Amino acid sequence: MTVLVPTSLDEALSALAGMPDALVLAGGTDAMVEVNMGHRKPIDVVSVNRVSELRSWTYDPIEATVHIGAALTYSELMQPPLADLLPALAEAARTVGSPQIRNAGTLGGNLGTCSPAGDGLPVLTALDAVVHLASTRGERSLPIREFMVGVKRTARERDELITGVTVPVLEGWQGYSKVGVRNAMVIALATACVAVDTPGRNLRLAIGSVGTTILRCDEAEQFAAAEVDFIGCVASSATVSRFGELAAAHSRPIDDHRSSAAYRRHAIGVLSSRLLRRAFPHE
Amino acid sequence: MSNHNGPTLDGSIAVQLNEHYSLDVNGETREVQDAWIGESLLYVLRERLGLMGSKGACEQGECGSCSVMVGGELVCSCLVMAASAIGQPIVSIEGVAPVGSPSDVQQAFVTAGAVQCGFCTPGLIMATHNLLERSPEPTETEIREELSGNVCRCTGYGRIIDAVQQVAVARRSAVAS
Amino acid sequence: MTIIDARPIAPPTGGRLGDSISRPDGTAKVQGSFAFSSDLNAENCLWGATLRSPHPSARIVSIDVGPAYRISGVEAIITAADVPGKATYGLISQDQPVFASDVVRYVGEPIAAVAADHPETCRRAIAAIIVTYEVLEPLTDPELAIDGSFPPIHPDGNLIRHQRIVSGDPTATGAVVVEGLYEIGMQDQAFLGLEAALALPDPGGAGIELYVATQWLHEDQKQIAACLGLEYDKVRLTLGGVGGAFGAREDISLQVHTCLLALRTGRPVRISYSREESFLGHVHRHPAKIWMRHHATAEGRIVRIDARFVFDGGAYASTSSAVLINGITHTQGPYKCANATVDGYAVRTNNLPCGAMRGFGVVQACFAHEGQMDRLAVACGIDPVEIRLLNAIETGDAFITGQVLRNVAPVERCIRETAALPLPDEPVGGHDGDVMRLPGGAGRTADVSHIRRGIGFAVSVKNLMYSEGFDDYSTARCRLAGGVATLKFATAEVGQGFVTIAGQIARSVLGVDDVKLDSIDTGVGSAGSTSASRQTWMSGGAVNAACMKVRGLMFDHVAATHGIDVDGLVVQGNEIVDTAGTLRISVIQATADAEFDETVQYHHKPTEDLDENGQGNCHTAFAFVAHRAVVDVDPELGLVKVIQVATAQDVGRALNPLSVLGQIEGGIAQGLGLAVMEEIIMTDGRVRNPSFTDYLLPTFLDMPNVVTSLIEEPDPFAPLGAKGVGEPPTVSSTPAIVAAIRDAIGKPLDRVPVRPTDIIF
Repeated sequence: MTVLVPTSLDEALSALAGMPDALVLAGGTDAMVEVNMGHRKPIDVVSVNRVSELRSWTYDPIEATVHIGAALTYSELMQPPLADLLPALAEAARTVGSPQIRNAGTLGGNLGTCSPAGDGLPVLTALDAVVHLASTRGERSLPIREFMVGVKRTARERDELITGVTVPVLEGWQGYSKVGVRNAMVIALATACVAVDTPGRNLRLAIGSVGTTILRCDEAEQFAAAEVDFIGCVASSATVSRFGELAAAHSRPIDDHRSSAAYRRHAIGVLSSRLLRRAFPHE
Repeated sequence: MSNHNGPTLDGSIAVQLNEHYSLDVNGETREVQDAWIGESLLYVLRERLGLMGSKGACEQGECGSCSVMVGGELVCSCLVMAASAIGQPIVSIEGVAPVGSPSDVQQAFVTAGAVQCGFCTPGLIMATHNLLERSPEPTETEIREELSGNVCRCTGYGRIIDAVQQVAVARRSAVAS
Repeated sequence: MTIIDARPIAPPTGGRLGDSISRPDGTAKVQGSFAFSSDLNAENCLWGATLRSPHPSARIVSIDVGPAYRISGVEAIITAADVPGKATYGLISQDQPVFASDVVRYVGEPIAAVAADHPETCRRAIAAIIVTYEVLEPLTDPELAIDGSFPPIHPDGNLIRHQRIVSGDPTATGAVVVEGLYEIGMQDQAFLGLEAALALPDPGGAGIELYVATQWLHEDQKQIAACLGLEYDKVRLTLGGVGGAFGAREDISLQVHTCLLALRTGRPVRISYSREESFLGHVHRHPAKIWMRHHATAEGRIVRIDARFVFDGGAYASTSSAVLINGITHTQGPYKCANATVDGYAVRTNNLPCGAMRGFGVVQACFAHEGQMDRLAVACGIDPVEIRLLNAIETGDAFITGQVLRNVAPVERCIRETAALPLPDEPVGGHDGDVMRLPGGAGRTADVSHIRRGIGFAVSVKNLMYSEGFDDYSTARCRLAGGVATLKFATAEVGQGFVTIAGQIARSVLGVDDVKLDSIDTGVGSAGSTSASRQTWMSGGAVNAACMKVRGLMFDHVAATHGIDVDGLVVQGNEIVDTAGTLRISVIQATADAEFDETVQYHHKPTEDLDENGQGNCHTAFAFVAHRAVVDVDPELGLVKVIQVATAQDVGRALNPLSVLGQIEGGIAQGLGLAVMEEIIMTDGRVRNPSFTDYLLPTFLDMPNVVTSLIEEPDPFAPLGAKGVGEPPTVSSTPAIVAAIRDAIGKPLDRVPVRPTDIIF
């Protein structure tokens, strides 16, 4: 039984190459629950949240992208100036668990767990983020929609480490909404992120907790892009409601002890309409 | 291109741990012997180091009773794998103030009626100290959001908010005078 | 009274009755040095753990502990065959096995226990025990237990108790008739300090010492001793620090198992439950279905009530029969009613066992009767406050049991003062536009324009102390020497603050500042249970009586020493003053060379059983409260934020106003939980959400500010004038919040907790 606490990426990758069955531990907010409950009995552990390469973020104004290291915590995502560049991600981060969870939990961990209810994922999906993976074999990058494979399943190989994501910085309104039964510390019943690319005359809608992974609502996006006025920020009431209907129709929710499929589908419609209205406040 | 680094990190080499390691707890180096490697920091503080002040009530980060500071951040110790906290300063409730000489926050909790059964209290004391250090004059909404990770089943929170506000006022007047 | 000496009375310190002094255990609790039962350890101590049934109903074909014994570090494994004494326990009827042997009747029922060197070893040993089951169809529908169509799942049968109340003219009618079918979900007490105990065996196994978080040491002692086959005095209990109780620690959970493992191994054993185990391992608030029909005059005066109550008691009886009686005897609520026909059933099913939780049956009844009052208000075209004032019960009125209300009953004042408390000054969304002020909070689900505000009202009556002939006395011992009073009692301090009150009583009665509290253990007589809002009245009464007796001895001593008449002596501040003469002497001086020691039992006046028509003086006393809730609702998403709760509560006399406030605010938080989020969800006898991830408790962002008015009209029957204050806040806060949601969206909402789907679909 070994716990490795590497402080450089090379060390982390060597560790994983040597122990491909190791539990990769970032903030611990998902993994330790499983360990505490006895659902997971790790033999080896690689703790990555002190790997310096994963602890920073950079803004490239030429490419209009932000690179976020995988070990950035939700609390860090909430702070300006990063929060000003990616406001929807900051909003999503604020809905994660509690201050204690946000101080420990990381964006890389959110990606690694890949729960359909993961709060950061709809934003990354709406923004077409690219996920970076590395191993001693080399590096590769995947669009997030290819990275997420299913419920808590990703394209990550056992010896690979999620090193970070590159997120386009869009010019235009963006926002995140999440429904839970409590006003704090709650798992999402339904989530939605709308991001507007004003110069590109398009908008994106990603929805969570209503499918095996985060879903992009292509039909709703194309419908709205054709109907709204990007310059005057105008959308008709009919457009707003139709957008919600299309989003709801695209959702694939299930019944469970937290709620019903019917409620989740309904909530997706309401959240999507309300987000579109916030993006285009004029009728 | 601007570059933003995270907090300064201790330790420059990979540390291989087996069943013995040491932790920096409340300013002291504490040896942890014969540990099972998956043990949480909460378990190690309580059962290996005899620091029983941190409480466990959910083991999944949903109640905040086990809150401690690790590397300057407020976290749930039940979700920290103890061995991974090596080399980082850890402060538990026992490190807040000497026994018999409560901190201002601790004293305010007692006098404001913020304590009933007291099981959530050590975690709330940690969270309140952390809050007031980062935000000396929090609004009521800010207090509620910043302490929302600490569940209390007895008080309904009203007297706790009162205690936090009392400390904020007292610290302000202490600075003013 | 003439006081000749003009010296000022020495200012008393430490807090007398009426002062908002701090808890004596407060400093230890804020510093983390207070020892909760889960913090206790001993040299050479083993860990214990429990194997539980995964099935709601099954026959146990075989249990093979062999593989578990082969795990290194395992010291003992015990099953039903290892219980030396009585095989079953229970508060009212002893129908629950220490370990299941032939059949299991609920998910989580204990089958075996293990002692080992590490919790992880315990976990592996539990997993290695092989139990073969023949799975049976579970009984989960209470109606099948009532109609007798399901074969008995227990030798005692499926009906735990049926009780009728028939009062007045069952054919009386009114111009207005309203009816409703109300449903209350299963709530968990969810104390934060999980079940924990430490057992220390006597040499040779002749006896045992148990440190445990419980509500009633002596009842535990009785049940444990019977199961262990030991005399009472061989089983000594000390209260381990209790992290909340709320009813869930009234029944036996891990007590017998811990003792058996310690006696078997001859070593100290500690058991600490996990949160999931806690959800399975203690009783819960009964889920209930209540049908009510009210007849009223056109003006809105209640003429007659018909009702049917069904309480699902789960697999074992616990206190179900008493919960049932509490529920049905509170059918009318705090309102005048002469005619009633009520049928109540408490039944056995293969669901989780249910028993005591704050409010004890009255929470369920109140949700129904307050729903009815709102329906009646609508039907009569009267304001919800007015209809409650119109029907408010008064001292001297009879309940439907025929029992005449003798206590102070300021129902009208509760209602009027609550209605007069200021409404929140903030608009929807607050003044600062912070998203945290809106339903959905940080989730940014709504904008101000989406939100509707509603206001709801509810009133309740709650019985205090035990009922139906039960003598729930309390015992206290007071010693006074050298100006220091030492109190001993077995009253379980679970967070409510009896330790604070006890000191205040002693200081007030004896004129001392220094009060020491002895260990809370079975070394003194029973205090009864810390439940039913009874300890301030009962144990407060016992401490008061013991202190009064000691004061009498002290006066005799002073009179004899100084050759004066005892009748003129009083305590003023810290001094004994002769009102008929000139003597004044400090209590410290007067008791410097003397010691007085008295132990007193306090009993309330006897109560009676109900007869077959539900008639009888079954309750001891009553307290009243009104609640007004203001909520903001998102009607499209079904999310709720409670903005304010206002309350005026009949407290008799506030012995420690700050402590009373804490009980009120904390009780309302639990009522809020039941109103909008807390429910153990069961499907086919299985629990779907046994964790704090999915069983949601109100957080700082869910609980609003509470505006409180204490109504102090000392009750002449209460030893200190003070009524119990713990339960009433929980009873009517739930219906007030639901009424406010109804007001906002205009839907009936006859079920709690109110779920988003109930609001939108």
